[in-house]
Amino acid sequence: MSNTVISIENLSKAYRLGQIGTGTLSRDINVWWAKARGKPNPMLKIGEKEHGNRDGETIWALKDVNFTVERGKALGIIGRNGAGKSTLLKILSRVTAPTSGHARVKGRIASLLEVGTGFHPDLTGRENIYLNGAILGMTKQEVRRKLDEIVAFAEIAQFLDTPVKRYSSGMYVRLAFAVAAHLDPEILVVDEVLAVGDAGFQKKCLGKMGDVTKEGRTVLFVSHNMGAIQNLCSRVLLFDRGELALTGETRNVVDHYLKTSYQDQTIDLNNCRRSGSGDLHVTSFHLESLDGQKQMSAVSGEPVIFVIGYENYSKTLRKVSVGFSIHTSNEVSLSIYYSHYSNFYFDDLSPHGEFRCMIPEFPFSPGNYLVGFRVIANGIELDWPKAFIPLTVVMEDFYGVGNFNNFVVNSGQILLKGIWNSSK
Amino acid sequence: MHIDTDSRIEHLQDRWDLDIGPSRNLLDLRLGELWRARDLILLFVRRDFVAVYKQTILGPLWYLIQPLLTTIIFTFIFGSVAKLPTDGLPQFLFYMSGTVIWTYFASCLTMTSDTFISNANLFGKVYFPRLAVPVSILITNLIAFAIQFAFFLAFMGYFVLHGSVLHPNEWMLLTPVLILLMAGLGLGLGIIVSSLTTKYRDLRFLVQFGVTLLMYATPVILPISSFPKRFLWIIQANPMTPIVETFRYAFLGAGTVSLPDLAYSFGFMLVVLCIGTVIFNRVEATFMDTV
Repeated sequence: MSNTVISIENLSKAYRLGQIGTGTLSRDINVWWAKARGKPNPMLKIGEKEHGNRDGETIWALKDVNFTVERGKALGIIGRNGAGKSTLLKILSRVTAPTSGHARVKGRIASLLEVGTGFHPDLTGRENIYLNGAILGMTKQEVRRKLDEIVAFAEIAQFLDTPVKRYSSGMYVRLAFAVAAHLDPEILVVDEVLAVGDAGFQKKCLGKMGDVTKEGRTVLFVSHNMGAIQNLCSRVLLFDRGELALTGETRNVVDHYLKTSYQDQTIDLNNCRRSGSGDLHVTSFHLESLDGQKQMSAVSGEPVIFVIGYENYSKTLRKVSVGFSIHTSNEVSLSIYYSHYSNFYFDDLSPHGEFRCMIPEFPFSPGNYLVGFRVIANGIELDWPKAFIPLTVVMEDFYGVGNFNNFVVNSGQILLKGIWNSSK
Repeated sequence: MHIDTDSRIEHLQDRWDLDIGPSRNLLDLRLGELWRARDLILLFVRRDFVAVYKQTILGPLWYLIQPLLTTIIFTFIFGSVAKLPTDGLPQFLFYMSGTVIWTYFASCLTMTSDTFISNANLFGKVYFPRLAVPVSILITNLIAFAIQFAFFLAFMGYFVLHGSVLHPNEWMLLTPVLILLMAGLGLGLGIIVSSLTTKYRDLRFLVQFGVTLLMYATPVILPISSFPKRFLWIIQANPMTPIVETFRYAFLGAGTVSLPDLAYSFGFMLVVLCIGTVIFNRVEATFMDTV
């Protein structure tokens, strides 16, 4: 018997437009009547034409996907919205059936497409643990054996016999995740569960998933958080419009993905709401390495150059200070830095050009961040575009010990590095 | 190349626990899977039973109040005001027997017919044998039926003590069969409707209406002997008629009972269950794409 636990062969999933039905008989007749007269389907949403891999009236959410997963491996799945990631997970979770092809699985598979599925607000915490466990595929005995562990993990011991509708949202999510985390399946399928909860909770989830792979189980992990993908997965699949675009080592695939998704991002700065005198506009942003190569992501602890493109419409600007801010993906501000903090001002600006700021050791931990910009001169705001540009931070050997992804789960948002010794 | 072939052979020899493919055997109910989910079914029953009457003052007493009120209303309107015949039985018992047994079928049907729509969120996130939901509904309703049935027996005793002449007889032994027939019919019709409602929501409203209509085409209120001859074929075509009649005859001793009629109900149930299974299996595979 080989070590393969998941084998996907020629898996395809088509969504048929106009033939699925619209929900009511009268609308179906409407669609059919429009078709009979050769008119376009009136129930198609505007813009859907551009969506996905389309073939006449059929959208291929997945097309001819082939891959295998080995036991004990964590496989990351990335791609833009609508690339087919969720469809793949839905097929693996048996929520929907494929149009053609096969997915073969060894062992019990459990999917976490959402935490708290099937919780009933009127039932107590204890009753919901049993119910939710059974929905996820546990027997009563298994739940009973793990009840104490689950309650401890969720930290809700004193509210165990209170209806969950009286829980705070934090307790609710903790309990839901605790049940799911104690499933002990051979294969765990996780979709963006980490998008809920606070940072501490997300780290806890990541840590738990890391433990799962260490115990020899297999994890399939879909996320937009490149930092989390990097921490957890050794191999990554990149989906694009329903097809498997690239598969390989995490670093390569993530880089490729960022490179291709970066192309759209300059548009934001030119077409967004903005305030300020308008004498100068910030028009582009990218990262460069020290030798002037364009870079798709910043590396924790490594030097990086922020390159901020501008258009200058005035001939008289003096003492210009350029600032940028870095935020979490929830737009919580982490850092604001203007050039005048370092007593640096720009004078005699050309009609268009670039501001550059070299950061010798980029201090943020791997993950997705947002960057905002503001330019002032003599206390007057010249330009403040109300748009954030995504910034991805990845990890290499930050601590210089040749081992780069074991610590990050517990490292927090900002990375420190120091020299340790002890004294008597 | 040599290695490739080897691993290919090895790969083919692997024992896979789960094969997810496009087609399923349409007549396969996968009862084994359902049996393994029995804990889940019982928890669903418990949830439905416990959750429905939380935050009500009278709680499970509602299981008794509902049939009692219906019976009182029927007795008043159809018995006292309209003066409809009841085959010589005490009006109260006549209507109560009809109500109690009809309620089991009606609630099985209406609740099952909501399976896909009301659980869309749950079904869309996690897989478990979908039949667990309708089966748990049958069991929940069976508990309610047991309570109401006992209530009915208590009233029977009361009437006998007060001089009514009733003729309960050996047909009572068929009660479990009647329950099975109703459960099968309710489940079959319910899953057909629920499968179709994933496409056409209109049906949800039709079900409410249809069940009420069907009640008037069943001898719940009017005994067969009093139905107009012109409409008799409707009553005879209705698979619920023999069930209600047999129940009433068995416990109260009036009405008709015939084994061929019951066999007809049984055949009807089998056909409905088969159609239901096929449609259910087809819809189950892809209904998330339409809901």
